[in-house]
Amino acid sequence: MTPQNKLLKKECLPTFVETLVKGGKLLYAPTKENERIEFKLIENFSEIYLDYIQTTKSIKSIVFPPIEKLFEYVADKEHVEIKDVNLNTIPETIVFGAHPCDAASFKVLNAVFTWDCNDEFFLTRKDKTTVIGLSCKNHDDYCFCTSVDLNPGSTEGSDILLTRIENDNYLAEIMTEKGEAVYKLVKNLFEPAPQVDKNAFVTQLPKLFDLNDLRGKLSFEGLSWMQQSLRCLSCGTCAYVCPTCSCFDIQDIGNQTKGKRVRIWDTCALPQFTLHTSGHNPRHFQNERWRQRIMHKFSYEPERLHVYGCVGCGRCSRACPVNINILENLIEISGGNK
Amino acid sequence: MRNDNIYKPCLMRIEKVTDEAPDVKTFRLKFIDDVQARNFDFKAGQFGEYSVMGEGESTFCIASPPTRKGYIECTFRKTGRVTSALANKEEGEIIGFRGPYGNRFPIEEWKGKNLLFVAGGIALPPMRCVIWNCLDLREDYKDITIVYGAKTVDDLIYKNELEEWNERPDVTLVTTVDPGGETPAWKGQIGFVPTILEKMELKAENTIAVVCGPPIMIKFTFPVLVKAEFKEADIFTTLENRMKCGFGKCGRCNVGSVYVCKDGPVFTYAQLKKLPAEY
Ligand SMILES: Cc1cc2nc3c(=O)[nH]c(=O)nc-3n(C[C@H](O)[C@H](O)[C@H](O)COP(=O)(O)OP(=O)(O)OC[C@H]3O[C@@H](n4cnc5c(N)ncnc54)[C@H](O)[C@@H]3O)c2cc1C
Ligand code: SF4
Ligand code: SF4
Ligand code: FES
Repeated sequence: MTPQNKLLKKECLPTFVETLVKGGKLLYAPTKENERIEFKLIENFSEIYLDYIQTTKSIKSIVFPPIEKLFEYVADKEHVEIKDVNLNTIPETIVFGAHPCDAASFKVLNAVFTWDCNDEFFLTRKDKTTVIGLSCKNHDDYCFCTSVDLNPGSTEGSDILLTRIENDNYLAEIMTEKGEAVYKLVKNLFEPAPQVDKNAFVTQLPKLFDLNDLRGKLSFEGLSWMQQSLRCLSCGTCAYVCPTCSCFDIQDIGNQTKGKRVRIWDTCALPQFTLHTSGHNPRHFQNERWRQRIMHKFSYEPERLHVYGCVGCGRCSRACPVNINILENLIEISGGNK
Repeated sequence: MRNDNIYKPCLMRIEKVTDEAPDVKTFRLKFIDDVQARNFDFKAGQFGEYSVMGEGESTFCIASPPTRKGYIECTFRKTGRVTSALANKEEGEIIGFRGPYGNRFPIEEWKGKNLLFVAGGIALPPMRCVIWNCLDLREDYKDITIVYGAKTVDDLIYKNELEEWNERPDVTLVTTVDPGGETPAWKGQIGFVPTILEKMELKAENTIAVVCGPPIMIKFTFPVLVKAEFKEADIFTTLENRMKCGFGKCGRCNVGSVYVCKDGPVFTYAQLKKLPAEY
């Protein structure tokens, strides 16, 4: 569909949100509680905190929950019954106020979960989720979306993108059919869009490294992987907060007669991730695992899936307990600040 | 409605359990569902995820050949949680199976060639599949030589089949056990697989070599073959990186940008040499 622009007056925003909630959709939006900003399920507009730079955790759990039930089973020695999950019960969901980096992350996850065969758990959740993005007014030293082909006003992945313009009103770019469906529910709140230069209303974040330079210089051997990761604790926090990290484990919860099989977040940062029963481990040392993290996102995923596995949200660096900063490392590898 | 669940196993009944060696068993498995049984097809070299509900899944190759229809077999060593739970299962009980996954041995391209199979320890199962596949199509291939070694006589698996291969005039079988692993009655060779191989008169011309075994055996076997002038693209092996999904999503089996579950598990030595040492 052809995108269309509308104006949403600031006084209409609460009605916009609350109409959607009352219409039966689950609505996640950023909230602030004791300095901690996270996406939460909300009921009233007053719970929402839009003046944020970044939430601690990303929105990936909405389409890729930390634990996803794959099926349930009951079994005895000679009978096993597998009970499917009814994907039709997954609710219609709206993510409201996600920044462009988060909105763009679904494309990365989608590439993984549709590679050759489709993961219907992810796809159903994604299809039932509408993203109402919000351009960034501010950034901090950890942000680098402009270095990974995105920008603070990018519409990539947003079904509707809101940008705060003059008088704190919002420019609404309705990008997709899903966006239009939401728009139609609250059409009366919108007005014709004025002529605006959207760029003047988003934060200006210079490009900090060149993606092509980076890809050209990445190599399995001979880089400063060791030095970059010496203080890494292998805690896995970086993957936990990352919107695009999608690795998982498959485990059973229950016993041999009753229980469920689940898919559960996992990460290449942990030594057990690749450990064989024999004790052999192809990625035994942390620098080998740090290398996997960077190479996977900036070399393997572009090569195999045609997407970069990073949207420049900076969450991993903000959350790392020992201040490992991915941006600094990427600048170093790509050969300096451009 | 969407209901294709790629994680959902087929249910299979254990038709037969064979004790191969200490802690090593072979299961013969049949699909409970007729439609699944009819639609199932695989190629030599592929693998599956075998599961015990409540314990989890384990990756094993399909050890029976695609030329034998109606069942599949797997041979596994009891080493950890899932394999221990499997080892406790008896004939008539039900386990889960997802597959087949991965690539395969390109046996059609081997037509008219000699085949040299070199296996060590518990790594015979993937080889057994391709050996029987080729033996079932015997006229397609020239000389077939099998070199198989284990730590001790006790550890040799598929003992009945070894005997069968030994008696076949159209197969040359060489078995060996590590020094100290022999019994008084042992008639085979004594020595490590690469050493035995080195002593044999290997002809590389028009020959495909398939090598499966523990990393240390593979490491010492490749040079022997290269020295005997095998082309690197004519030497095949399989990798066993840890796996969970089997279809390129869980993210743990990759060697550089190569996913063992999708691009492997079968690789040529020429391909392996280009990969980073991450296996
Ligand atoms: C392509 C392929 C084919 C294989 N074929 C066979 C075979 O025919 N027979 C056989 O006995 N073994 C085979 N293995 C190894 C086998 O998968 C492991 O020994 C087994 O999964 C151990 O499971 P566990 O739960 O008992 O051990 P635990 O130590 O309890 O395992 C925990 C988890 O680690 C993983 N894991 C541990 N070791 C390995 C390993 N070496 N390779 C892959 N995953 C591992 C498993 O996913 C398991 O879920 C194969 C592995 C691969 C990748
Ligand atoms: S790697 Fe770090 S900066 Fe990149 S998307 Fe993940 S959390 Fe954000
Ligand atoms: S958050 Fe920091 S310390 Fe923890 S695994 Fe990631 S890089 Fe290492
Ligand atoms: S086994 Fe999951 S990606 Fe290869």
